Amino acid sequence: MERVLLLAHVESSGEIGKTTREAAQGAAEIARGLGAELVVGLIGARAETQAGTLGVDAAAFLAVSGDEFDEARYASDAAASTALVKASEATVVIAGATSRLSRALPGVAQRVDGRITTHVTGAEVDGGQLSIERWYYRQRMKATLTSPRRPWFVIFAPGIYGPAPASDEAVTCRAIGVPAAGPWRTRVIGEDAGSSEGQTIRPDATLLFVAGAGWTKKQGDGASHVPEAAELIRGFLDRSQASLGSSKSLVDQSSEGGDVIPFMTHLNQVGQTGATPRHPKGLSTCCHGEEPHVVGWRFVTERRAVNLDANCGWARGKADVVYVADAFEVMKRVNELLG
Amino acid sequence: MAGFHIVVCGGMVPDPLQSLEPVVGPDGPALKNEAMLPMVLDPWAAHSLYEAAHLAAHAPGSKVWLVSLGPKARLQQLMMSIAQKVSFELVALDGAAGGFSDAYEIARALAEAIEGIPDLDRTRLLLFGGCASAARDAGVTMSMVAERLGLTEQFLGVDMLETDGDRLRIKERVEGGRYRISECDAPPAMLAWATGTLPIPPNNPQLGMQNMRSIMPALARAKSIPLGSGDVAFGAVERPVQRRETRVVKDMPPEDIAREIVAWMREG
Repeated sequence: MERVLLLAHVESSGEIGKTTREAAQGAAEIARGLGAELVVGLIGARAETQAGTLGVDAAAFLAVSGDEFDEARYASDAAASTALVKASEATVVIAGATSRLSRALPGVAQRVDGRITTHVTGAEVDGGQLSIERWYYRQRMKATLTSPRRPWFVIFAPGIYGPAPASDEAVTCRAIGVPAAGPWRTRVIGEDAGSSEGQTIRPDATLLFVAGAGWTKKQGDGASHVPEAAELIRGFLDRSQASLGSSKSLVDQSSEGGDVIPFMTHLNQVGQTGATPRHPKGLSTCCHGEEPHVVGWRFVTERRAVNLDANCGWARGKADVVYVADAFEVMKRVNELLG
Repeated sequence: MAGFHIVVCGGMVPDPLQSLEPVVGPDGPALKNEAMLPMVLDPWAAHSLYEAAHLAAHAPGSKVWLVSLGPKARLQQLMMSIAQKVSFELVALDGAAGGFSDAYEIARALAEAIEGIPDLDRTRLLLFGGCASAARDAGVTMSMVAERLGLTEQFLGVDMLETDGDRLRIKERVEGGRYRISECDAPPAMLAWATGTLPIPPNNPQLGMQNMRSIMPALARAKSIPLGSGDVAFGAVERPVQRRETRVVKDMPPEDIAREIVAWMREG
């Protein structure tokens, strides 16, 4: 008989995050499919106060609480998670791919001699057996797989399930102690924005706007116009609230000493060695659409591109529409229309 | 300060420009013509190697090892180029380099190889690697290796490391394009790197010659590691057929393109 643990943490805001709520929905559906009990395990400063807000029907709620578990630190997260996995006696551990748990759970799986599958993009229960779907080689091929090994940690990518509805139900939470907690050798100092010019990465945006290295190349007049490119892109992001992505070649220019768009960092990079964001729409500009970049668009549903080259990668079945045009001219007018 | 003993774990992956196709082999899924594909050092692991060399150059008494698992002959080819980038001592493991092999088994092999490095001071250890491979793309192996080595200070998606004596100040990628900043009192620690901040070093043939003197014996000593899919039972493995019917729009004035794009943005 399987026993499913939803493993989650409270965000620094004191609330349960969207990725966790999505995983909660997934865990509830999988437990139902397996005919298994669902147990919720929460980590946070006052985790027990948030357990009821998850909105899932669980057989038990467990919590590791305390100020030291508010910090996103591997040692304390791994210790707390291990304690929850052991206390729950779970055979399947489900979590959302938050940065905290993505970092902590591989080590926890090692500690409890389990196995872990990350970046999971789908799950199915058939005949009492859980199988999952994930991608290999950076979104180039998709596999379905299962594992008889228990406990099996399954970490869901964001956006696979709709979030479990929030609830204000009071639940009884069992406090779980963490053996030999601390002293901790790592201290979290805080967070900072990846760019000094504010947030440009917006995971929940409808539109992903990708800038390629063409923005910094010599234009028709024989000169490059990087400040103008930066102004156009910044103006578009402010007006559209789109999320900013980049090709590798553009962000590499900063480390290679070339002219750069000041708010562009490696965090913006999309593709083989960058992010694979999820957005309903994507607009690529001045980017050739080569395969190592386009693998990062796997989860971008509608795709359009503006490029001077009618034979660029986007035109070869990778975008829905390719506008053969000067992106400077087009985006200037797009900004005018957006006001 | 005694310097850092930096061990970088880095495997090989197909060159990103190659087309990849899955096939079913005797030991589970594999890549078609895998033995023929040009290989590169896993990109994020490569960044971690450059960061390791940079740190070692600025912390007297430091040393860098590269622990790499792959088919021995392919490793030798790969080292011809990597050896020209930075100075390191190779620890080679002879085994399959594919993305479908079990991370748990790989972690065990890597950890055992690290435990076997003579003169490695585990109290000075900084374990480096990529935050995920371009093959399995799971982001789990480094953490498992670290756990096996007893490292409780772990960082994932690192872009920056500053040191002040033994103290480590680390920036990790977190949600929404932000960084988490942490301070760790001293080694040992594991840092799984993202892109870092350094450019790819230019080729230095002299350095390559120097490195190869120790790389060739290391390759000759490479222990054979049997690897498979472990406890994972694969069902279908397929390349997505996702070719779009692209509408290529030529000779449309920028004003009209802009109108079309804005209308599309506002749909739905």
